[in-house]
Amino acid sequence: MNNIFFLIFRRMRAPLLTLILTYSIAMLGLVLIPGKDPDGNVWHMDIFHAFYFVSFMSSTIGFGEIPYAFTSGQRLWVIFSIFFTVVVWLYSIGTVLALLKDETFQNALTERRFAKQISRMCESFYLICGYGQTGEALVKALTDRNQHAVVIDILEDRVNLLKLENLREYVPGFCGDARLPAHLLEAGLNHPLCEGVAALTNSNEANLKIAITSKLLHPDIEVICRADSHDIENNMASFGTDFIIDPFDAFALHLATAIQAPCLSLLQDWLSLGKRDMLNDPVYPPSKGLWVICGYGRFGKAVYDKLVREGLEVVVVEAEPDLTGKPQSPFIKGRGTEADTLLEANIERAVGLVAGTDNDANNLSIIMTARELNSDLFVILRQNLKHNDPVIQAVNADMVMLPSDIIANRIRVLLGVPMQHQFVKLVMHQDDEWACQLISRISALVTHHAPEVWEVAFSEHDSHAVCSYVRRGNQLTLGELMTDPRDRSTKLPCIPLMLFRHNDYILLPEEDLKVQKDDHVLFCGALYAENRMDWTLQNENALNYILTGEARPEGWIWRRLRKREVT
Amino acid sequence: MNPEKVLFGFFIVLALTLNFGFFVGELDNPDHHHVYELFAVIVVNMVATVLKFGDRTQMGAVLLATSLVALLQLFAAALVWVVAVHVTEAGLTTVTMASIVSLSGGAMLANVVSVILLIIETVMLRR
Repeated sequence: MNNIFFLIFRRMRAPLLTLILTYSIAMLGLVLIPGKDPDGNVWHMDIFHAFYFVSFMSSTIGFGEIPYAFTSGQRLWVIFSIFFTVVVWLYSIGTVLALLKDETFQNALTERRFAKQISRMCESFYLICGYGQTGEALVKALTDRNQHAVVIDILEDRVNLLKLENLREYVPGFCGDARLPAHLLEAGLNHPLCEGVAALTNSNEANLKIAITSKLLHPDIEVICRADSHDIENNMASFGTDFIIDPFDAFALHLATAIQAPCLSLLQDWLSLGKRDMLNDPVYPPSKGLWVICGYGRFGKAVYDKLVREGLEVVVVEAEPDLTGKPQSPFIKGRGTEADTLLEANIERAVGLVAGTDNDANNLSIIMTARELNSDLFVILRQNLKHNDPVIQAVNADMVMLPSDIIANRIRVLLGVPMQHQFVKLVMHQDDEWACQLISRISALVTHHAPEVWEVAFSEHDSHAVCSYVRRGNQLTLGELMTDPRDRSTKLPCIPLMLFRHNDYILLPEEDLKVQKDDHVLFCGALYAENRMDWTLQNENALNYILTGEARPEGWIWRRLRKREVT
Repeated sequence: MNPEKVLFGFFIVLALTLNFGFFVGELDNPDHHHVYELFAVIVVNMVATVLKFGDRTQMGAVLLATSLVALLQLFAAALVWVVAVHVTEAGLTTVTMASIVSLSGGAMLANVVSVILLIIETVMLRR
């Protein structure tokens, strides 16, 4: 048990003892002093009535002499008793209540309650350190997929926000410093069902500390870290952090992909959309001409590197070059919010603009000013704060980069459908033509909403019917599996994206490919296709209908009757 | 000499002696068991219980448990007394007296355990 409980109990001793002693003295006096009943007989108050009288005397200063009017001797005693019992009562009750409301005590109580909740977790969960914008988006995404999460944050307000959030699963939250190993352990780092840790705090050092603690205390779980300095990233990678996500680099890479291969980047976009997101249109960042980058911070540098590597002409505008360092290419000192600076940067002949400072108001101002000077700009906006969404949408930039969303999306894919992460990695080696074809196939399947991406494992547990069918020596193709179990003449709206077999990945497997046990297939398509395919995978009758077209009798009696008919 | 231990031992032993004083006598004879003694036993037992609050040792935990048991028994005895005398106004019959005294006897057993534990702890200390 926590020390604090013993301390609180120990401190309760004095007030409780004084209360007991004063009560018993007051009661004893009342019992011993003789009184008189209405007939004038000598009468002694009994202990029961004395206790009753003292109880209400000390809390209300008495409201009557019971059961008979007191004699002067009794009244004298009551006068004394009133003073000392009332004072002691206030002192004791006050002290005990103050002890119970003691902040450290209350914190210890909540901490214990939380630790108990965690130890009772019976489904696998992810430990999310830091409930800022990223943490919020990630927890929402995870719970939408019925995955569990535990949150730890250093600020009480943010943990309280978690309780107000309307999430599908219960997410225990704990206010504590994730840099302390004790807090991480309390939050379930050592729990056998803890699948991974995501360090998403806004401090690189804290994330590093969380990563190293997790790797040391529970080596076989996944550790995912957010970092925005290359130095820290290398440090994290050195001790085996599984995934390090740098939002600025991630976006810069995305931008570079979009310049080279718009379809490829759109494909990545679509596959990583959330459940209820709408499909977005492809963006075509100009691949020739002058780009103006406002702000040469972490984001500016990442974009600058990629654009220069693409062979584009780049001008950088930065207000504090002493702090950020100077780029190789032409460089102008200024904030970029004024027309002068932008004109100096040749905004009139520029094709693209990156508003990449760490201030949303400045970024918006840069875009508004630049558009007045040159209305055909391709505009990339860095959004820093999620709650600026309405104004950001109003300015209608071609690409918006919100670090928290990028990280949350990445981690969601990593944790939700690990195969999808592999798919996106492999797709990067394909050409744009290939991606464009796939995009058109996907858009034929789903109308407006994002396609659902899911993984099917041909194991005894996940696809019982198929496994037992294959085990009996039969063969089954992917195309047959994609038949609608309600009407075998139609196909389910889905595409097999990738097949994993014997440590080998096959992109876009053919539909006549034979399924084997222990295969993993990544599908994408409409949500209802996933649900119906599940039916085929698990239910032998559904599978039988798909293969033969006849509905087999289901119950024992029907099967018997059917047999008799046949014979 | 630790003054805390003195106070602690004093109240535990006093709880037992007073309890014994109330318990001794003919089981069902109201003349042999005075209400003041029961009152004193309850007060001293309450003090002894509160003194054990916040003791981190295993012994402290067991002592707190035995004290709570004694207190529970004594409260039950007091309640029987109050109900018999004041609520039903049946007075102290031999039946009620016997049940009150036997309840206090149970409390005494718990107090005996407390004292034995105290003695064991003292002997183990060897200082």
